[in-house]
Amino acid sequence: MAVTAVALAWLRNLFAVVMLSGIFTLTAAVVYVVMDAVDVAFTEAAVGAGIATVLMLGSLVLTTAEEKVQPRRAFGPLAMVVLTGAVLVYGTLDMPFYGDPSAPAHGHVAPRYIRDSGREVGPPNIVTSVLASYRGYDTLGEVFVIFTAAAGVIVLMGRGRRYRGRERRDAERS
Amino acid sequence: MTFPGLFNYWVVIALMMVGFYVVIAQGNLIKKVVGLNIFQVSVFVFYISISKVKGGSAPILSEGIALYGNPLPHVLILTAIVVGVATMALALALVVRIQDAYGTVEEDEIREREEAS
Repeated sequence: MAVTAVALAWLRNLFAVVMLSGIFTLTAAVVYVVMDAVDVAFTEAAVGAGIATVLMLGSLVLTTAEEKVQPRRAFGPLAMVVLTGAVLVYGTLDMPFYGDPSAPAHGHVAPRYIRDSGREVGPPNIVTSVLASYRGYDTLGEVFVIFTAAAGVIVLMGRGRRYRGRERRDAERS
Repeated sequence: MTFPGLFNYWVVIALMMVGFYVVIAQGNLIKKVVGLNIFQVSVFVFYISISKVKGGSAPILSEGIALYGNPLPHVLILTAIVVGVATMALALALVVRIQDAYGTVEEDEIREREEAS
């Protein structure tokens, strides 16, 4: 966990940030394995670190690879961030400890999933059962979100290309 | 665990604040997207750390294991990761589009050009 934070401190420097953010996501995946979330680690490594990095590199190609140097050191945002962080830390004082089996998050439906999903749904992987069966509507909603995002990307990029074409035509005419 | 019990939350808050700082203090739009990504990952780590049960194993049913981690946050975060990448793709498409229209992805230059026109 501490390694992740160190990797982040670096992120300010160059426009190698994109690669560093890939490394950061991979580190997060390792942290997930440590916390027993193997499925999430798979997804994070493949989708988060892989596809996201490719997307970012692609947009770097289409825009600029160098960030403008900022001369001024903004004090306002830093103060804001420290203040928010302090409030959040104050909020954690009431939270259950790490790994506490009696934390409220482990009550309610979770024990039932663990007890009955093998019999009711089938696959030994409880995460799969919950994802595809008990919370299938969530997954359906996810598909809608992805579809909307993809449609949005196509609309934006497609119009961009047409726009540039029109500009070129205007330039030729004048 | 030698750390105090709330250490995981503090790490998450630190990461979250780094992301937050990048989002509000940096002028470059791509860097802002990276900052949002960091913020998002910190929320994921928060959920996963909640789902951890001390002495429990990964939530895959097998013989001889009595204690499992909580599977519910894992499912939520699986969905969130994929949705996060989709929204990030949309944000990057917007950035590319802004680059097309203004010729820059720096926030102050965009504002200058907006006022000049």
